[in-house]
Amino acid sequence: MIQETVQRDRPWLMRTYSGHSSASASNELYRMNLSKGQTGLSVAFDLPTQTGYDSDHPLARGEVGKVGVPIDHIGDMEALFDQIPLGQMNTSMTINATAPWLLALYVAVAERQGVDPSQLQGTTQNDVLKEYLSRGTYIFPPEPSVRLTTDLIAYTVENIPKWNPTNICSYHLQEAGATPTQELAYALSTAIAILDAVKASGQIPQERFQDVVGRISFFVNAGIRFVEETCKLRAFNRMWDDMAEQRYGVKDPKKRRFRYGVQVNSLGLTESQPENNVQRIVLEMLAVTLSKNTRARAIQLPAWNEALGLPRPWDQQWALRMQQVLALETDLLEYGDLLDGSPVVEAKVQELIAGAEAEMARVEDQGGMVQAIESGYVKRELVQSHTLRMRNIESGELKIVGVNCFEQTAESPLTAGTDSGIMKVDVQAEREQIAGLQAFRAARDQQAVDKALKQLQAAAVGGGNIMPSSIECARAGVTTGEWSEVLREVFGEYRAPTGIDISMAGQTDSAAMDAVRAHVRSTGEELGRPLRLLIGKPGLDGHSNGAEQIAVKGRDAGFEIVYEGIRLTPAQIARAAQEEGVHLIGLSVLSGSHLELVEDIHAELEKIGAGTIPLVIGGIIPEDDAQKLKAQGVQAVFTPKDVDMNAIMTTMVDVIRSANGLET
Amino acid sequence: MAVRGGERAALAAALNLLDDKRPASRSSAIALMTRLQAGQAGKNSRLIGITGPPGAGKSSLTAALISVWRQRGLSVGVLAVDPSSPISGGALLGDRLRMKTSSEDDGVFVRSLACRGQFGGLSAEVWPMSLVMLAAFDITLIETVGVGQREIDVADMCDTTCYVAQPGSGDSVQFLKAGILEVPHILVVNKEDMGAVARRTLSELGAAMSREHSEGNWTVPVLSASATNGSGIEALADVMEQHHNVLRDQNLIKQRRHHYQGKWILKRLRDEFGSNGLARLGSTDSILDQLEAHSSTLFEHYEALRQRLL
Repeated sequence: MIQETVQRDRPWLMRTYSGHSSASASNELYRMNLSKGQTGLSVAFDLPTQTGYDSDHPLARGEVGKVGVPIDHIGDMEALFDQIPLGQMNTSMTINATAPWLLALYVAVAERQGVDPSQLQGTTQNDVLKEYLSRGTYIFPPEPSVRLTTDLIAYTVENIPKWNPTNICSYHLQEAGATPTQELAYALSTAIAILDAVKASGQIPQERFQDVVGRISFFVNAGIRFVEETCKLRAFNRMWDDMAEQRYGVKDPKKRRFRYGVQVNSLGLTESQPENNVQRIVLEMLAVTLSKNTRARAIQLPAWNEALGLPRPWDQQWALRMQQVLALETDLLEYGDLLDGSPVVEAKVQELIAGAEAEMARVEDQGGMVQAIESGYVKRELVQSHTLRMRNIESGELKIVGVNCFEQTAESPLTAGTDSGIMKVDVQAEREQIAGLQAFRAARDQQAVDKALKQLQAAAVGGGNIMPSSIECARAGVTTGEWSEVLREVFGEYRAPTGIDISMAGQTDSAAMDAVRAHVRSTGEELGRPLRLLIGKPGLDGHSNGAEQIAVKGRDAGFEIVYEGIRLTPAQIARAAQEEGVHLIGLSVLSGSHLELVEDIHAELEKIGAGTIPLVIGGIIPEDDAQKLKAQGVQAVFTPKDVDMNAIMTTMVDVIRSANGLET
Repeated sequence: MAVRGGERAALAAALNLLDDKRPASRSSAIALMTRLQAGQAGKNSRLIGITGPPGAGKSSLTAALISVWRQRGLSVGVLAVDPSSPISGGALLGDRLRMKTSSEDDGVFVRSLACRGQFGGLSAEVWPMSLVMLAAFDITLIETVGVGQREIDVADMCDTTCYVAQPGSGDSVQFLKAGILEVPHILVVNKEDMGAVARRTLSELGAAMSREHSEGNWTVPVLSASATNGSGIEALADVMEQHHNVLRDQNLIKQRRHHYQGKWILKRLRDEFGSNGLARLGSTDSILDQLEAHSSTLFEHYEALRQRLL
């Protein structure tokens, strides 16, 4: 028998983005995933934790444990990593505005496990700038946010040298509509803004600055156009290397390496024929693995059913197995770079670099990424790109199998089970979390808490690094809400530009659009005044891309649109609807808290005597819930299946008509 | 009466009614306006216009002023005007976003309006709506985007007009010098947190201005403020109050409003029926005289004039 040993590359870190209900439930899930061959952890936090509220805060209602795990204090963090030795784990935390706080908790738990914090390995996402453009979990204005990011970077470079303190994200830019060129340009401009800020802070001596550059990593997205996506990553690689060398003078090539983690596909997962998502995910994984010189360091794949609701453990296992098959069964890891020297690839890479450099120059002209975000420029560019994409899907120019072509399907056995093929979060979880939090507060040493918070405040005001006092807060039993509240008072709260004030992009006229406009106009005439629509994003969910697209489309269709951006309370939405005299409220909720939020908004509308304003909702809403919402009086429920924006507009006009006694 | 009491549901309904073009609604609107005007005498409420180029930070400044006024115990109604799309007629009414009003505060009410293709920048509904707001709140503020010519509308409707200038933009200075921009009662350079560039604009504006307002008895102040830092806002509120007091002490408010309202009606009639249509009602002066004679039932008379031309 001939034994041939082939040299294989070590596979990337395999993770699954997960967390739900409670720290103990998530811990159980993590340990199960690790036993199945997962090699790192990727923690999803719930929205109250991400936006700095305790689980018993009024804004947290309905959100606790929904999109991730709730972490209120060190007790929760300890339970999350129970029996998981942090000294050996590589943990990625998707956390931004409250990143210093969650890292502080992680450090404090490591101490309790007897692990020296300097040994910790992992990543804090810690890229707040992209939160203003997509995703929306920012708290403070850009300037103090950059300062917190900077503090975390400076602290870890000195004290936790193997930590990736920030993951500059182009992932969410793609989600917000960015083209590959825009992804490159805005992610790299963000990196410049952060590195320049670290440099200006003076916290790191000049000669050690290359260590800072060396610790910057990226979090990217790969969509279905996997050839172009591979080229995008090669372009990233080259541009980052140039920038590190030329702008920051990094001599050591190892410290100039473009290191990135990836989650594939956020834009293209479909609710219709969801099994097709499996092949999409696999093809997209190729984009980030094919080229050895730009291969991802860590990969997490979505589950096939994420457009339907939360994935179950089995769905996540399937996603992990995709990675394992590619890494272990195929021969991919036995070869050098497959694409080096290809003239086709090289030409595409050059084209992307040229486009990205031009856009970076435009950002630089405005004073840099922070200024270009504050002025609304970047957001408008993204909304514009996203609008074009939606139009191309609507017109059929951009094909999505099962959505705008080949829509016919046999009934799917995958979604036929009693759980409809998704995970149901335990409805008791929120109540139990709140009870646990209140017991924790009652049992802690209040004097130690007050003292720690005072130190935190002093650091925030005085400009000292925020990390040491945050770690002290973690040890003392401060809660997530308390930590954030101190900083809110010092830094203030921010509302980002919505970007929907784009001018009409290109030719929008089609027969269908004309018909919608006529319908809007004539209904307005019948009701005596132009139709007015309030678009509301209640709760803590900041995924506003859908709401923005409806706002832009509504304006194009002739509605007068009132849109106040993200994170509104039910009372604010009800008030605004009344003051603005709107004919219809359209809500957008992607966090899964639609039932609670709709109930609260109905109650608020009744309370102020505006109960007759009809309500429609869009979001990731399972069919069962859609029925419940309709029973609560919601007039229409839109889900990712509904890609025909003209049809959505028509439905909304018809809802207004029937609410006002006009025939439909 | 519910609107005068500032009852929110009634106020919202009244604003909807004034927006409503159906004949039956117009009759109800006339009745409402007549009742409101009758009850208005003696009320010391203020009508303030804020205008300036896009991006000057008018909405943020308005938000900052609202919080100062609320601390002083004054209730505030805002009419925020945004441009509409000439193609679809649709509009994005975004000012509310920047005003960050509290949902708990009954002393603040914001209604956004699209300008709906009106060349002067303000839609036809703004005037009657502002009268409803005046009945309900201590201060009514009309915020509108304005560059050059477009300010004139808001200046022709408010007791006090405040122009917000954008640091570093020469526009305002040019417009003032060229006489395109009707001189406002108050000039404010926002974003003083921008430092040198804001200070330069401030001194340019100060130099370009003849400080005496054409209406007399008023020296136009040129202020510096920052909605972001909250600096200069108290001073701005003080100056607005001083201007109001100057008008009040000379008993000018009522007279001014009648004058402006007359001009507004003329403009609306001209918009709707053209100058030929207007001529059928007589000379401009004679129409203004008629309106003066009907000053207590102005809105009703406006509708009567419309009916004669329809």
